Parts: sequence; structure tokens; C-alpha cells
Amino acid sequence: MAGTVTKKTSLRHRASQRGTEESAVVKWVLISIAMAFCAVFLLLPLINVFGQAFSKGLTYYRDSLVHPDSWAAIRLTLLVAVITVPLNVLFGVAAAWAIAKFEFRGKSLLITIIDLPFSVSPVVAGLMFVVLFGLQGFLGPWLDARDIKIIYAVPGIVLATVFVTFPFVARELIPVMQATGTEQEQAAMTLGANGWQTFWHVTLPSIKWGLVYGIILCNARAMGEFGAVSVVSGHITGLTDTMPLRVEKLYNEYNAPAAFAVASLLALLALLTLGIKTYLEWKQARDYERAQAEVETARL
Amino acid sequence: MGFTLFYLSAIVLIPFGGLILRACETSLGEFWRLATTERALAAYKLTFGASLCAAVANAIFGTLLAWVLVRYEFPGRRFIDAMVDFPFALPTAVAGLTLANLFAPQGWLGQFLVPLGIKGAYTPLGVVIALTFVGMPFVVRTLQPVIESLERDVEEAAASLGASRFRTFLSVIAPTLMPALLTGFALAFARAIGEYGSIVFISGNLPFKTEIAPYLIVMRLEEYDYAGAIALAVVLLMFSFVLLGCINLLEQWASRFQR
Repeated sequence: MAGTVTKKTSLRHRASQRGTEESAVVKWVLISIAMAFCAVFLLLPLINVFGQAFSKGLTYYRDSLVHPDSWAAIRLTLLVAVITVPLNVLFGVAAAWAIAKFEFRGKSLLITIIDLPFSVSPVVAGLMFVVLFGLQGFLGPWLDARDIKIIYAVPGIVLATVFVTFPFVARELIPVMQATGTEQEQAAMTLGANGWQTFWHVTLPSIKWGLVYGIILCNARAMGEFGAVSVVSGHITGLTDTMPLRVEKLYNEYNAPAAFAVASLLALLALLTLGIKTYLEWKQARDYERAQAEVETARL
Repeated sequence: MGFTLFYLSAIVLIPFGGLILRACETSLGEFWRLATTERALAAYKLTFGASLCAAVANAIFGTLLAWVLVRYEFPGRRFIDAMVDFPFALPTAVAGLTLANLFAPQGWLGQFLVPLGIKGAYTPLGVVIALTFVGMPFVVRTLQPVIESLERDVEEAAASLGASRFRTFLSVIAPTLMPALLTGFALAFARAIGEYGSIVFISGNLPFKTEIAPYLIVMRLEEYDYAGAIALAVVLLMFSFVLLGCINLLEQWASRFQR
């Protein structure tokens, strides 16, 4: 592979003479359009978040964040993520394990069902839980009689978030697990390791980065989910408002700087997620190249 | 395995079943009446129309962006490549908030665009803008690997046979990209149909004018009109299933193309 890298560059060099490249004018026009598109659609919205958040000064920014209602929203969002992410990691690992390491009927159906939350509108997802647990829902009267509140309370928010973020980990892990195959686990088993030891020492290290990747994506969505949560939360200020819902409420109260202050935290989270993701991709590419280079030198 | 199935049914299948069961409780005629009220029809029209416009915009700019990112070297390429996923990572509410603010009459872009008659906030155009933002990564990310794997030899052959660069692109490169482009287009379209968070901020949600179907569901729920909300939800669900089926077929087609 190290060989192909040098081959690629030499190819590119020769290619320009063979007429497989656009003329410099076309090339720079295309680049400029792409850059302009990115500037308007990616950079400007991002800069605008922070610009508006600090438009009334640093003190106002801090005050809007420590306002009791916003503070409660931040705490609730963290709580929801702390419950949701581990649950979905557990499920994601189990599902990916079942799909990648075993053969059974209905496998493709299982994969389709796992992907389902991605193709359902978040609003419809929220509605499903209202239909199930709401006062007019199937379990509503039973829950009401026992004074258990799910819809318009924290459990409903958690359930809706779990539903929406549920494919992320499994989706990242299935291809990784399929690629590594089952030989290593079988070797560990024949050497006398039990299932748990095999998982901990053999499977986990091989899926480590895919798992981290899935977790950060799942977390970003769990903290940022709006549609599904907005349907089930009931918008009780200070009690069932998550950060995105708080942003909406502040905006509707014509308090845009405060809305942007809360939004800026979410934007930071998005940037952090992107940063980790890019780092992981870069690291994987580097590790891969190194391993290939070692193979190459060993062959020589 | 048992755990997987249990969790899956608890979180996904039971809520699904509940919704469908409730939908079956209303008679067919009643369901039809609820799903096709005039307000609902206007909402479908806007949802599908705006999603289609946004998906087309994404197909054009996404192809261009993917091509530029793979084929050219220029300062800031890696940065833009990483930033393409930004709309995925940014919570939709924040996206809607900042876009609405940008295109509002006093906003950074609005102050120049509104005098020109381009009103981005609280209009159907705003809906298209938000949906374009949200669906942007799909086309780029499905096309990038395909462009990377293109064989340069084929282009060289075309060039040596006397084809101009434009001709090569149209008759050699474009057909190879088609399946992936359509997949990305369908993914962006599907995402746009269900989108809610970003639209609420930018559209203004005026019935018959800038009200999208998911917002109408929320409105029906707030009026405690469960049957109405469920009827609309079922229509949206059926549509996303049809699209999901199309995407699966397209992906099969695309992977056959690769080999």
C-alpha cells in the first residue's frame, strides 16, 4: 500500500498531461463554488451562533446560562444522555454480536428493524410513545391509576431519546465485527477462555474504535434530539425542558441572545463530536498505513 | 440474542404496533377524511415539494463538493472535508435557530438579501434552505468513495480517443456515479420529509402557507385530536417505508455496479 501512495502521486503528475484533468480555470471555478457553498451553509451558521450568543456581552451570556430554568435544562439533558447512551451501547454490542457472529433466519429483517428509527420522522416517533403511554393511550389509564407518569415527564423523554438514538452503536459495530470474523474468538475458546473472557480480551479490543465512534454519535444525537422529545415532554419549564426545548422556548419569548447562549453549548458539543470523529478517522488511516508498510518491509 | 430481541421489541416494535393498532380503530372513511383535510393537503404539498427542491439542490452541490474534495488539492480541503458532517452533528434546533437568524431581515445575510426580494425566514424558501442544510452530508458522503474508486485509465482511454473533458464526464464518469448519486438523493429526501426541529424556527408555521406535515401532527396532538395526528403519522410512515424500499434497491444496484 505504501507503494501505491507514491504510485498515485506519480499518476496524478502524468495525468495532467494526458487530458484527464480539467483545465485550471474550470478547476478553480469549481473549487470557488464549493468553497462559497460551504461558507454560506456551514461556516456562517456556526459563526452566527457564537456571534449572537455574545452579542449582549459576556455577563449576559453567563447569566443566561446560570438562569435556574436553563440550568435545569442543562442538567436534564445530561441526565437523559447518561441513561440513554449506556443502554444503547449495551444493546448495540449485543445486536452487532448476534448479527455478525451467528447465522440465523430473519437476519436481514433484524437489520432493517434496527435501522427503522432513522427512517421515521422524530415527531412520529414521539407520537408512538404518546399513543402507548398517554392518558388516552393503551397503558394510560393503568399507569394513571398507579400514579406513574411517563408522558410529559422524564421517563417519556428518556424512552423517546432511546428510540431515536438506538441504531447508532449497532450500525457502527456491525461492519467492524463482520470484518474481523470469528476465527480469533474460536481460537480463544479452544484455548479455554470462557465467553466473558473472550469478549473482554479478544472482541472488545478489535471493536474499540468503532465503539467509541458509535458512542460519540449516539451521545450527540441524544443531547440534541428535538422532535421526538418535544412531543413527549409537555414543555414544563424547569422540569421537562431539555436544552433544545429550552432554546425554542427562549426564542419564542423573544429572548434571542439567551436562546443562542444555550444553543452555543450545543454547537460546542457538535464541534467536539466532529473533532473526535476526525481524529479517530485520521488515526485509523495512519494505523492502517503503518501496518501495510510493515507488511511491505517484511515481504522485502 | 435474547436480550437483543427483547430490547428491540420493547423499544421499537411495541410502540410501532401501538400506533398501527390505534390507526386501525378508526374506520377507513374516517381515516381518509382525517388524512386528506385541506390543511393536511397543503402541508403535504409543502413537505414533499420543499424536500424535493432541497434534495435536488443537494444532489447538484453535493456532487460538486464531493468531486472537488476527492480530485483537487487546495488549502482548507481537509477542514472542509471534516466540516461536511457538521449538519449531522449539530442539533436540528440549533440549525433552525441560527438559519432563521441569518436570513431574518436584520440578520447577517438577510440584510442584503431581503432588499433584493429574497426572503429566507418565515417563507417556503426558508423551509428549503433548512432542509438543504440538514440533508447536505448525504450526497457528499455516498459519492466520495465512488469517486475515489473511479479508474483513471477509463478516463485516459476516453481522452486518448479524442473525447473532450466535458464529453468524458458526461458519457464515462456520470453513468458510474448515477447509482450512488440517486442513493444519496433518496437519503436526503427521506431525511427531509421527516425533519421537524430546524423547520419550526425558520418557517413561521402558518397554516396553508408554511406549515409542514410533522408540525401539523404536533398541532393535532396539542388539540388532543389523537385520531387526526395518527392518520397524518401513518401517511408519513407509509411514505418513508416506500422510500426505504427504494433506497435498499438502489444500494443493491450500486453495489453491483461496483464489482
